[in-house]
Amino acid sequence: MFDKTLAELAQGLKAGEFSSVELTQAYLNRIKAEDSKYNSFITVTEEQALAQAKTADEAIAAGTAGAFTGLPFAHKDIFCTQGVRTSCASKMLDNFISPYNATVVEKFNAAGGVMLGKTNMDEFAMGSSNESSFYGVAKNPWDTECVPGGSSGGSAAAVAAQLAPAATGTDTGGSIRQPAALCGITGLKPTYGRVSRFGMIAFASSLDQGGPMTKTAEDAAMMLNVMAGFDKNDSTSVDREVPDYTADLNKPLDGLTIGLPKEFFMDDLDSEIAERTQAAIKEFEKLGATVKEVSLPNTALSIPAYYIIAPAEASSNLSRFDGVRYGYRCENPVDLEDLYKRSRGEGFGAEVKRRIMIGAYALSEGFYDAYYNKAQQIRRLIRDDYAKVLSEVDVIMGPTTPHPAFKIGEKTSDPVAMYMEDIFTISLNLAGLPGMSVPCGTVNGLPTGLQIIGDYFAEQKLLNVAHQFQLATDWHTQSPQGI
Amino acid sequence: MSLDRSDVDKIAHLARLQIEEQDTPEYAQNLSNILDLVDQMQAVDTSDVLPMAHPLDAVQRLRSDEVTEANNREALQAVAPQVEKGLFQVPKVIE
Amino acid sequence: MEWEAVIGLEIHAQLATKSKIFSGASTAFGAEPNTQACAVDLALPGTLPVFNEEALRMAVKFGLAVDAEIGRKSVFDRKNYFYPDLPKGYQTSQLFHPIVGVGHIDITLEDGTEKRIGVTRAHLEEDAGKSVHDEFPGMSGIDLNRAGTPLLEIVSEPDMRSAEEAVAYVRKIHSIVTSLGICDGNMAEGSFRCDCNVSVRLKGEEEFGTRTETKNINSFRFIEKAITGEIERQIDLLEDGGRVVQETRLYDADKDETRSMRSKEEANDYRYFPCPDLLPIVIDDTYIDAVRGSLPELPDARKARFIEEYKLSDYDAMVLSGDRTLAEYFETVAKASKDAKLAANWVMGELSKMLNQNDTIIADSPVSAEQLGGLLERIKDNTISGKIAKQVFEVMWKEGGSADEIIEAKGLKQVTDSGAIEKIVDDVIANSSAQVEQYINAEPDKRGKMIGFFMGQVMKASQGKANPGQVQGVLKKKLDALC
Repeated sequence: MFDKTLAELAQGLKAGEFSSVELTQAYLNRIKAEDSKYNSFITVTEEQALAQAKTADEAIAAGTAGAFTGLPFAHKDIFCTQGVRTSCASKMLDNFISPYNATVVEKFNAAGGVMLGKTNMDEFAMGSSNESSFYGVAKNPWDTECVPGGSSGGSAAAVAAQLAPAATGTDTGGSIRQPAALCGITGLKPTYGRVSRFGMIAFASSLDQGGPMTKTAEDAAMMLNVMAGFDKNDSTSVDREVPDYTADLNKPLDGLTIGLPKEFFMDDLDSEIAERTQAAIKEFEKLGATVKEVSLPNTALSIPAYYIIAPAEASSNLSRFDGVRYGYRCENPVDLEDLYKRSRGEGFGAEVKRRIMIGAYALSEGFYDAYYNKAQQIRRLIRDDYAKVLSEVDVIMGPTTPHPAFKIGEKTSDPVAMYMEDIFTISLNLAGLPGMSVPCGTVNGLPTGLQIIGDYFAEQKLLNVAHQFQLATDWHTQSPQGI
Repeated sequence: MSLDRSDVDKIAHLARLQIEEQDTPEYAQNLSNILDLVDQMQAVDTSDVLPMAHPLDAVQRLRSDEVTEANNREALQAVAPQVEKGLFQVPKVIE
Repeated sequence: MEWEAVIGLEIHAQLATKSKIFSGASTAFGAEPNTQACAVDLALPGTLPVFNEEALRMAVKFGLAVDAEIGRKSVFDRKNYFYPDLPKGYQTSQLFHPIVGVGHIDITLEDGTEKRIGVTRAHLEEDAGKSVHDEFPGMSGIDLNRAGTPLLEIVSEPDMRSAEEAVAYVRKIHSIVTSLGICDGNMAEGSFRCDCNVSVRLKGEEEFGTRTETKNINSFRFIEKAITGEIERQIDLLEDGGRVVQETRLYDADKDETRSMRSKEEANDYRYFPCPDLLPIVIDDTYIDAVRGSLPELPDARKARFIEEYKLSDYDAMVLSGDRTLAEYFETVAKASKDAKLAANWVMGELSKMLNQNDTIIADSPVSAEQLGGLLERIKDNTISGKIAKQVFEVMWKEGGSADEIIEAKGLKQVTDSGAIEKIVDDVIANSSAQVEQYINAEPDKRGKMIGFFMGQVMKASQGKANPGQVQGVLKKKLDALC
């Protein structure tokens, strides 16, 4: 049962093979029994989940159920959930019971989804390994000595360990795609503005985007059907019709043109990952696609530009955590400055503090032009590179990450080495483009991901391409040993 | 670009972050490394390039001027560290 | 040595929108603390701003009224600093691309000369909350009801050379924003606040001296006093061989002096950058033309019309046209009484006197324009004298009611019955033999003045109700008959 996809579970609910309450209880039991190995959940919302499942069963019985009614899933602990702790994996928000729901949460509630709990992540989504979580690192189900990736590491680990059939994630520089690749699941970062950011605790406003993390592309389409859409509460959300993302899944790929950027296959790419990626491309050729080498010349600059823009926005976004209206407050502040400095100094972890400081520095007097403005200029160069290539090909493909999952602790002392893990994913966020990661093999028993990049609002195309690949291959059905 | 302890202290003050003295050298080292990384940007000539603040060339949507939010003080202040007579409490502000 | 002052002003006008600039919370003044601070205003994690269209329209109205360039593409920036009344840790403002660019207004000085003052820019921003200092030992209380109220910050060129010019400028801006209906202009409630930048230099110097900024002065009179005092302080300082320190100062109305605000001395580095949660505001000619078409009559045009239409003096027209509520009040009274001069005298005389005595503003006047108009009508048709009218007005102010009701209830109706008047006159003449004797013996050209005594006696005997014109005629006839 736990290896079933959302689509299969939906069938089962519809056919009356099991009720939502039975399904939900089964998952809750499994989380209780197994999650101590993975630490993928920060909060399990048993009571609410069972209540939601009961309501869903009533809707199913009454014939008013929708496509998502009664399906269990988990939310990344970055989405505000009313009445439930929303921690962002930070000591700062360890005591924060959100008084309101994120738009994405409202949408899942309205669709009849059943939230099992809130998943672990890097603190304030800042990290590529889940190691910056206040609640401890989530572990990679393929090898619990390895990181699950980040920042949506808990979501990826929960889906890979079959503790939830699907989960939400957010992606600022690869935080959906990278952990999806490292945990052998499917992840989609939609076009910037496709999914509302209201109630999704901001890391870097112009880069953040929520999306699904699932076993299959078909499930990702089902999730995106719920998540996507215009939100009047988010000025950056796009008022554009939401298609049925499952509608085009079965289109044949005849005539598809795939661009392979030469910059994605450079020296420090793990050679076995390169091989798995090439093998996946061969599959697409068999499916009728043609392949073309393309160039994204400014790829290497995406990391420096990102590590100015994201920290700059974050330094400002995280100023609201000041110990005054909510969140952590230091004990016995002697004066206002002490209240600010200790609440923030004690409430934030080291990586968050580093990024706030880099951002504050980059924006400070005399440095704005050399850092922030420069990074925004490079951002345009990167977007223009993509625009040019995407006018010539339908999708761009490459590896999602340069390496498979690394050992816990291996890169914690060297932030820059950690940042380099995002080299293939970051440029999409700068450009605002949609991208997916789908499993395409294993290296030394650890999964590796194929990244598929499309034009703005081409999520349907990406899901179609990924689904066809998954019909032809079985990498996505493989599970870690013992699961 | 290399930062020293006093730079770290200055930035930490600007960002209102307490950094323990024994941690300052490590922050200085890490931040310097990050700045070395981002300094790669300086090699590129971008003099003709317009900065790009948003991925999409969209414009601001306008909200109609209506009061849509009712008083919700009790729920909103339930998560506050210290409230007295409906006011958030902070150590005395000197003006 | 002859010194010259250089003054530039920053005026913060709260825009009279119903809801806040970025949220749907009410902007009404005087609510219980934090009852009008919603999740967005409190900067709860995950909340996002959406811009209020009315704030934009009001800012454009102002721009058009001061003949300014309107920003076709304006951008919100974040001004980052920590303060407990600033929930996000940044103020959303406009630094690089304001909505209103360079414009100007003309002020009229007491000697009648006109002077043009440049408006550098006007930009939209959000107001902060308020701190309550005295209620809690060792603590301050924060009320965020005001946080997020839209402000238009209007920045002048340093074109003013005296406190008088500065006050004339502030009055003119006040009159424009109230006439446009974009600000209620209530200085006591802080809807209209002024920061004064003052420096002095030797006459003939090109360079500006070091300036100080005096913050948040909340009445026209205090602006004049604060600037006058600050000019004197700086001149004294320089003449004693000292130098002016660039700093922020606070005006203490009780002591009538400015003093340094030590806590704000620390140089701030605001780390401005474009707000990534808001997109550029783009407006076109169609929008601007539509706003232009909706502009109400502005003070200058109204003054000209008052002179033309109501034959008012230049001074009366200026006073009555300056404030929109006052102007509308006057026009209603003038129309009801069909005597503009009488209406002007009453509005600027009795009404203003009572408003001042009771420390209230025209908008809150207990006597409506219709009531006052009705009263003046009764003067015009001789129902009551001007003197009785003042009594009626006082009753109206305290107890309400129409002129007719009060006149009826108090029996104040003027006596015009000639028989009744003749009887009173006869009684007075009979009881004043000494004065009658004097009258008879006086030179005929002195008699006119002496008639005053008899007038007084008759009016007293009639409790002021006798028609003075009639009394005069009857007295003269009867007394002259005795000579």
